[in-house]
Amino acid sequence: MKNLRVHHASVLLAAIFSTAVVAAEPDYAKAALEMMKADFKSKGPATMERMVQQDEAQAQCSANPQGLKPKQAKKLEQAQLAAVKYPADAQYMGDWKNGEKIAQNGRGMQSSDAVGSVNGGNCYACHQMSKAEISFGNIGPSLYQYGKLRGSSPEIVKYTWGKLYNAQAYNACSKMPRFGHNGVLTEEQLKDVMALLLDVESPVNK
Amino acid sequence: MPRLALKSLPGLSLGALLAVSVLSSAQAQNANQSATDEIAKYRQMLADGNPAELWEMRGQELWQKKLGPNQQSLEQCDLGKGPGVTKGAYAELPRYFKDTNKVMDLEQRLMHCRMSLQGLTREQAVKTPFGSAGNPSDIEALVSFLTAESRGIKLAISTKHPAEKQAYEIGKKIFYYRAGSHDFSCASCHSVEGQRIRMQDLPNLNNKANAQAAYSTWPAYRVSQGEVRTMQHRLNDCFRQQRFPAPDYASDSITALTMFLAKSADGAVMNAPALKR
Repeated sequence: MKNLRVHHASVLLAAIFSTAVVAAEPDYAKAALEMMKADFKSKGPATMERMVQQDEAQAQCSANPQGLKPKQAKKLEQAQLAAVKYPADAQYMGDWKNGEKIAQNGRGMQSSDAVGSVNGGNCYACHQMSKAEISFGNIGPSLYQYGKLRGSSPEIVKYTWGKLYNAQAYNACSKMPRFGHNGVLTEEQLKDVMALLLDVESPVNK
Repeated sequence: MPRLALKSLPGLSLGALLAVSVLSSAQAQNANQSATDEIAKYRQMLADGNPAELWEMRGQELWQKKLGPNQQSLEQCDLGKGPGVTKGAYAELPRYFKDTNKVMDLEQRLMHCRMSLQGLTREQAVKTPFGSAGNPSDIEALVSFLTAESRGIKLAISTKHPAEKQAYEIGKKIFYYRAGSHDFSCASCHSVEGQRIRMQDLPNLNNKANAQAAYSTWPAYRVSQGEVRTMQHRLNDCFRQQRFPAPDYASDSITALTMFLAKSADGAVMNAPALKR
């Protein structure tokens, strides 16, 4: 009787143990990271550090390619918004002509670029911006007449800055780079892009 | 045996012609469509003679030639279907190889054969993976020949072996891995239908038909580069634009990602080397 009970318990234990073993999927994310660590090499401004050390947004968005749950998304957006730095001098508008150059420039931070070279924003890669530039992508929405349609109230100005600075402050896991947050564009450059979007003289608003 | 039907069509001047016609038609209203149309026209023009045939022929010669310290050809190389079987071998790669106990793609396997059969050092076997004017790549030529040996054959990618399954799953993780200064992953550009960067159409690699059309047409003769480029070259350039560091040539990460892409395109009829912009 006693033996039987012991036997019973060990069968039960074995069953639990084997279920646990079967259920545990190998950690492919960890294996992928280890593999990439071994196989990639820093080159120019594209460093291993920036590839291997994901921040919270990168980690969450990688793990959930189909999108975050609403609660998780909200939380991420709040954290990203809290980290947005607005211009200290409260001057948001630069020169739209420089902004246009930044929007056209697709260079910067690639392994083929020089360290310390000026980064572009490459807006046209994904957005329609002006009528004249017909070579534009469509991963992002059209921004043609962005300012004309929205005006330039303080709310719009602040929102636009936030969106350029950190697109995920308003849209978790957005595909748009976090230009300010990740230091891709300087404050001056962001101001110029602001002017490209909002200045009435900008080709975007013609 | 590849046909040589290019006597009077030097690739360079045709490339220039194409560039001009793309530019002028780009002025037309529907610029984005036109660029794609022009490429299609160019493809048609060369339907019977892709410059890649020159790479295929050179690759076949290199395959059969006795080379290296061992003065051996590659004809006894086992690409997975037995020593010397080239027909259809590429359509089943990457795959698990018992002798090396790992999953290998074509270029890793080629490297293995050049070292084990011909006696090349690792350094010699990975020399010049990508050619340039005046510095042709033996690897691109061999890859052209070997992929052409699967032309018309359906991709049959196995993930049955645990190592194959592992490579596939790791490749999938790499595909969705967002990092770097721009937060990009492969999926940033290749997971939604009908998207473009500037005027360049992007295949949605989550869509089977798109994935098949893309995968089955690499390697390709790139008109813009005047060279045959391999899948590895395409992936390297994607990683560069993704703002990622540079992947080592013939590394396991590339094989894993290739495994994911190949499996996503499973069943596609191979039609490479193809012709691309």
